[in-house]
Amino acid sequence: MAFLDARDLSKSFPSGTGTRHVLRRVSLSVEAGEFVSIVGAMGSGKSTLLSLLAGLTTPDSGEIRVAGEPLTGIRPDAAYVFQNYSLLPWFSALENVRLAVGAAFPDLSRDEQRAKARETLERVGLGNALARRPAQLSGGMRQRVALARAFATHPRVLFLDEPFGALDALTRETLQQDLAEMCRSDRSDRSDRSDRSDRSDRSDRSDRSDRSDRSDRSDRSDRSDRLIGENVNVSNVSNVSNDSNDSNDSNDSPGVTTIMITNSVEEAILLSDRIIPILPGPPATLGSPILVDLPHPRSASQLAHDEQATQVRAHVVATLTAALKRPALSSTHQTGATVGRAWSGSPARP
Amino acid sequence: MLKRIANMGLPLVGIALALVAWWAASRYVPDLPSPLRTWEESKLYILEPLAKRGEMDQGIVLLAYYSLLRVARGFLLGIAIATPLGFLLGVSPALTRMFDPIMQILRPISPLAWLPLGLVIFQQSEPAALFAIAVCSMWPTVINTMMGVRSIPQDYWNVAKVLRLSRTTTFLRIIVPATLPYMFTGYRLSLGIAWLVIVASEMLTGTPGVGGFLWQEYNSLVYAHILLAIVTIGLIGFTLDRLMAMAEHKLRAV
Repeated sequence: MAFLDARDLSKSFPSGTGTRHVLRRVSLSVEAGEFVSIVGAMGSGKSTLLSLLAGLTTPDSGEIRVAGEPLTGIRPDAAYVFQNYSLLPWFSALENVRLAVGAAFPDLSRDEQRAKARETLERVGLGNALARRPAQLSGGMRQRVALARAFATHPRVLFLDEPFGALDALTRETLQQDLAEMCRSDRSDRSDRSDRSDRSDRSDRSDRSDRSDRSDRSDRSDRSDRLIGENVNVSNVSNVSNDSNDSNDSNDSPGVTTIMITNSVEEAILLSDRIIPILPGPPATLGSPILVDLPHPRSASQLAHDEQATQVRAHVVATLTAALKRPALSSTHQTGATVGRAWSGSPARP
Repeated sequence: MLKRIANMGLPLVGIALALVAWWAASRYVPDLPSPLRTWEESKLYILEPLAKRGEMDQGIVLLAYYSLLRVARGFLLGIAIATPLGFLLGVSPALTRMFDPIMQILRPISPLAWLPLGLVIFQQSEPAALFAIAVCSMWPTVINTMMGVRSIPQDYWNVAKVLRLSRTTTFLRIIVPATLPYMFTGYRLSLGIAWLVIVASEMLTGTPGVGGFLWQEYNSLVYAHILLAIVTIGLIGFTLDRLMAMAEHKLRAV
């Protein structure tokens, strides 16, 4: 079963006299470790869809399951990056990240939280701007802080809401590369399970005393179940073997699962394993997913000439522009089913 | 250079013109002392600002000190009630709907009306004065804090939601810092009102302070001292407002 599975999501908002149906019966599924981009024009309902998937808002109808359990709110292992950075202006870059670390790992001491925050900020190249307030940072640097804030909590799912939409073209490109780099290194981090510090993070996470605890634990027992099924020595199912098992379990040690919305086809091709066009409504619907089976690392200049990239680009653009010309209703009904059908099989792993 | 002279000089010209107007008025109103006579009769109080000759017969700084102390206590009492109230009303629309009418009715009531009620309740002039100051001065803080909480951008609420911050953390790390500039605007307005109320309450209760002094000197027919008290009240009010504005500005700069 897919890591994230959304079925028949509908969402409408009251508007003036009546209701505006933003999404109707939208379905999609995302595999663990996959990077999926939802691409569409402004005002097409992308943000609404993302906030539903993240648990920020609840759908009028439909169901979302993440890691097998129904989504009831924002998951403790999820991180969200907003288009407008959403940093707290009264805190330094370090404290902005520390706040997230503190919420995710309350058992760490302040110093440990700060060290973790500093380490992540250094990873995004902000080691010399730790004490600066957001107002003293450029747009690109602010979004780096926002990325650091997201990655510092070692999320399993990452939601990106047009993360580079407010940046100039050059800054945008370097940040896209950084993001790709971070997702990749996250992937290899996780496959390298002998890493001690990572393991302690994990136990910290499960030590949390709130609801998150339960989800983590059930997740874990889920794993042990599978382990038994796989005929691995049952007596080994302890906390430690669980950790090492983590990588066996899905055989390719998935890194962070990422769902990004964007209006840039280039950005989607550069970063994604799969692109899902969102067709403007209202209500908006999803087009068939398009696989981006290109090796990593990718670069914008290389993609400009790559044949497959060109095909993907043409496909996505054609789907989106066709939808713009077509009256909204014609595409409404089949889409939910279309996505389900078109998407069978596992994501391409480079 | 010319502009700097103008910036420095024009306020002085304004003050000079006001003194001229005062002097002119004093020529037509027999009981109104001229600026010069006011100075002559008041200089004892100004040149010996810390002298204590009797209950009311004290140096002007000492009198101002009593008034400021009373204002500080009343003001602190007022904002100690008003700030949490403002947060509550800001967070809960239901509470706002519940208390808005009563607030709108209580807000325009003059300190002169509250003071007798305070005397009835507390039987003593000092707590009654504090009561009047607190009740009159708290409204700007309540309203500004409430507005501050309401105008916290959705972005910050989203951050709290996404990071799954606890209630306490959300309050201390997001709501309070985001509201602080509004709160301080409220504090500044509240302090201004508290300073207005002090004079009225001292006059009614006859307690030592700038207002009490003013009333007593009126009763003793020393009209120059009324003017001395008025100028003092104005200068102190101005200074308080400047200080609060500076604090407010510092917070907004963040």
